[in-house]
Amino acid sequence: MMDWTALRLSLELAAWTAALLVPLGIVAGRALAHRRFAAKSLIEALIAMPLVLPPTVLGFYLLAVMGREAPFGRAFEAAFGQPLAFTFAGLVAASLIANIPFAVQPIQRAFEAIEPEIREAAWTSGLSPLRAFLEIELPLAWRGIAGGVVLVFAHTLGEFGVVLMIGGAIPGETRTAAIAIYDRVQAFDDAAAGALSAALLAIAFIATAVLFALGRPLRERRRG
Amino acid sequence: MRLRLILTFFGVTLLASTAQAFTVAAASDLQHALPEIEAARGLPPGARAKFVFGSSGTLYRQIVQGAPFEVFLSADEALAEQLIDQRRADAPGLVYAVGRLALMIGAARRLELQDPKTALASPQIKRLAIANPEHAPYGRAAMETLGRLGLAEVFRGRLLLGENVSQAARFVLDGGAEAGLVALSIAFAAGDKARHVVMPATLHAPIRQRLVLIKGAGADARAFAAFMASKEAMRVLARHGFERPGS
Repeated sequence: MMDWTALRLSLELAAWTAALLVPLGIVAGRALAHRRFAAKSLIEALIAMPLVLPPTVLGFYLLAVMGREAPFGRAFEAAFGQPLAFTFAGLVAASLIANIPFAVQPIQRAFEAIEPEIREAAWTSGLSPLRAFLEIELPLAWRGIAGGVVLVFAHTLGEFGVVLMIGGAIPGETRTAAIAIYDRVQAFDDAAAGALSAALLAIAFIATAVLFALGRPLRERRRG
Repeated sequence: MRLRLILTFFGVTLLASTAQAFTVAAASDLQHALPEIEAARGLPPGARAKFVFGSSGTLYRQIVQGAPFEVFLSADEALAEQLIDQRRADAPGLVYAVGRLALMIGAARRLELQDPKTALASPQIKRLAIANPEHAPYGRAAMETLGRLGLAEVFRGRLLLGENVSQAARFVLDGGAEAGLVALSIAFAAGDKARHVVMPATLHAPIRQRLVLIKGAGADARAFAAFMASKEAMRVLARHGFERPGS
């Protein structure tokens, strides 16, 4: 009844996306939190794009880049012996782009919440920038980083439009749980669609509860 | 999976040596017949098929864009032929079936289904579900049928377009449309949740369905393609509402 292959594929995609994207989110989020530069608003707008764009727009451009007709898609296939579109690797690439704001924004907020006095104190006490980052900033920002991980993970599980356009619904390769639900409904197989839907509902609820739990002390500290 | 991804990124093809499932892209009207054909010893021992269903137009596009399908079962013969012309598939392929169009209504609806033309013209049908005629062959056949019966104007603005013919049938089951012009094979699969009547084949160009092997298809995919031509496969297809080609 339960399509374990699809569920496992979704979890793997979510884990890969979070593992690859959160380190980038830490670098980008911290830079955006601390630095002032001319084009900052433009960069922030660019990062937020996947939040406001329909996933089909993203899917369209990704296909235009990754497809066999496109120079990049052809080069990838020549180099690696398999196409990028309609493969798991392609899904990871698309998922990374679709999730950029979910990784960067909570992490940026967390670094912004660190009082400048704390960072200055770290500098004046002679800590190297790396040690100040690892021992002072990271521990203070961990809730935001964990929030980024959870958000990216949960949002990847829910991704549908992009996966539909560049995935091709291949079992065990690109047919994620969200796509499998759509497939099963079309095949009149409501029992399988129901089982997968219940699984995603449970995961989404747990993830959201974790997010709220992570956010609470942060908000209370700000208020105080 | 994880290892495969890592190796993919480093340009090593892990799966070249191991027995791998092959992927079959199939028109949605085969959604219910194909698993049965697979179960009917349609594959060599140890071989595994992955089925991807969609409208033939969508699957065609995905093949052109590089989707790793080895067999294409197209409800639109012309699309399979285009792939042959583009040297993406091997000639000549195989016409495995001719699809029929059926008028399908939800089981609860009181609509006389004796005569398909009269039934289709009934004012009880406020919205009609069909597959998107732009890329689904059954959608095109449905539009042709409406045109021949002089009903194209009547249903203008009242058509519910499914992504493929399965989705169009789903709209009928969920009550989004009173009736649908869908594949007979799909109407069969709805069981007692719906009633249907076969539309006359003279109202649209025959929905000839062609199988082609995509360039680079492996031995298992070829064995499967050969089985599709067998009497056994034809029997399963006939049971699901497909007609034999040439009959």
